[in-house]
Amino acid sequence: MRRIYLDNNATTQVDPRVLDAMLPYFCEKFGNAASRNHVFGWEAEQAVEQARQQVAAVIGADPREIVFTSGATEGNNIAIKGVAEMYADRGRHIVTQATEHKAVLDPCAYLAQRGFRVTILPVDREGRIDLRQLEEAITDDTILVSIMHGNNEIGTIQPIAEIGRICKRRGVLFHTDCCQTFGKVPIDVEAMGIDLLTCSAHKIHGPKGVGALYVRRKNPRVRCAPVLHGGGHERGMRSGTLNVPAIVGLGMAAELCRLHMGTEPARLAALRDRLRDGILSRLEDVRVNGSLTHRTPSNLNLSFAYVEGESLMMGMPEIAVSSGSACTSASLEPSYVLRAIGVGEDLAHGSIRFSVGRFNTAEEIDYVIERVVATVRRLRQMSPLYELAREGIDPASVVWTRS
Amino acid sequence: MPYSDKILEHYNNPRNVGSLDRQDPNVGTGIVGAPECGDVLKLQILVDENDNIIDAKFKTFGCGSAIASSSLATEWLKGRKLDDALEIKNTDIARELALPPVKIHCSVLAEDAIRAAVADLKRKRAARQAAAVGAAPSGKSGELP
Repeated sequence: MRRIYLDNNATTQVDPRVLDAMLPYFCEKFGNAASRNHVFGWEAEQAVEQARQQVAAVIGADPREIVFTSGATEGNNIAIKGVAEMYADRGRHIVTQATEHKAVLDPCAYLAQRGFRVTILPVDREGRIDLRQLEEAITDDTILVSIMHGNNEIGTIQPIAEIGRICKRRGVLFHTDCCQTFGKVPIDVEAMGIDLLTCSAHKIHGPKGVGALYVRRKNPRVRCAPVLHGGGHERGMRSGTLNVPAIVGLGMAAELCRLHMGTEPARLAALRDRLRDGILSRLEDVRVNGSLTHRTPSNLNLSFAYVEGESLMMGMPEIAVSSGSACTSASLEPSYVLRAIGVGEDLAHGSIRFSVGRFNTAEEIDYVIERVVATVRRLRQMSPLYELAREGIDPASVVWTRS
Repeated sequence: MPYSDKILEHYNNPRNVGSLDRQDPNVGTGIVGAPECGDVLKLQILVDENDNIIDAKFKTFGCGSAIASSSLATEWLKGRKLDDALEIKNTDIARELALPPVKIHCSVLAEDAIRAAVADLKRKRAARQAAAVGAAPSGKSGELP
């Protein structure tokens, strides 16, 4: 069966060049990067330092500011919990926003249970925060603002440079989760006033299980308590033997992004726009979720009225996408991100996220358009809500019996 | 694959998709669920004067399991007597389709839709009977006691 992968926001295929770069570090150069006394350790350390430079180059950072982690979840935990612990005597207030990934919201909730105050800013219908509300939320007690660069579900990009300016002016640290934008959207930690930044390899055609946390060392020097204690690796911020092959993979993945920054984001956006235009020109009652103008290049999130997301995916089993429908979540709750931007629950159930990647082609996009249109039409023929709408009755006006 | 072959079969080849005339006195219509919940099942039955269900149709907004449950329900309803329709239990539907635990509620919804359709038909019949009784007895037109 032909398979088309359009779920690149969930994870990505490892680029063969990344795999090639990693392989020597399993069976030939397998040393522990912390072994200071023999060539196995030296060559492992050298590979790690090269990866550090490669990651730093993507965001305009100094390699000494890069901490390797097991991924973005760990990076977010260190940034939020680590800063909270280190700066607790300066303040106990943290500001974040409603559409953050759980890897940010949950550490914040954890801190809220331990005497910290957390403000969760609402977002507008496009998913953007209001900068005035951010200003008003910051107090003398605030130590950290954590706002993601690009949202993983709806692709909306936040005004990071402005947020950085506000935080600098108010003397508050600024952390941003850049999983969806690292290597796809230009990032400059100096120009944008970023103090901490998280990224993940498996979102950029690198391996799973590795990521990086940028921690500013000057103006100001950011201090971060570790989450993992042990041998003091990564300047004491993240103990544990470095996963050298994975780190090499992250470095190469970052390097490939940087080399292709001039062309790849535009190519991704063109594929995404082709998909969007192809579907919207053939179907009615389809809504784009998230900002049309401030958006990551690879993301498309659509709500198909009168149709439920899981049944739509079932109708195109050869195409990998994801849905904000309750039926597809373990908790049976519809997507909190869609709820936060005001999408009604019925439309949240009918939402599908398509995310293109390096290995998708225009031909695949054209095939997907056909399949989506055909499946939506078929399901609408089977839908009592579509029937009501055709009769001119607004389903929202009906009194439903919940069962 | 979390979807059983039976679920896929009903999803890909659903039985009895469509609508009957709601106004028809011999049609019972059951609509259960809510769009906010992601599940709306409309189930209709056409019943003859001997209480045989001679046709059944469904339309569903919901996941593959919800679609399969309602499709199966219409399959089982056709040819049954009206009161036998109430014998169909959600557990039978769940077992037949091998629904995973997290999807059992889809079969419950299907059972509820059946009950609602039967109840709707009975209500319509009772109303018609009441109207017939309430009309003046034949032979004495317009006379009031």
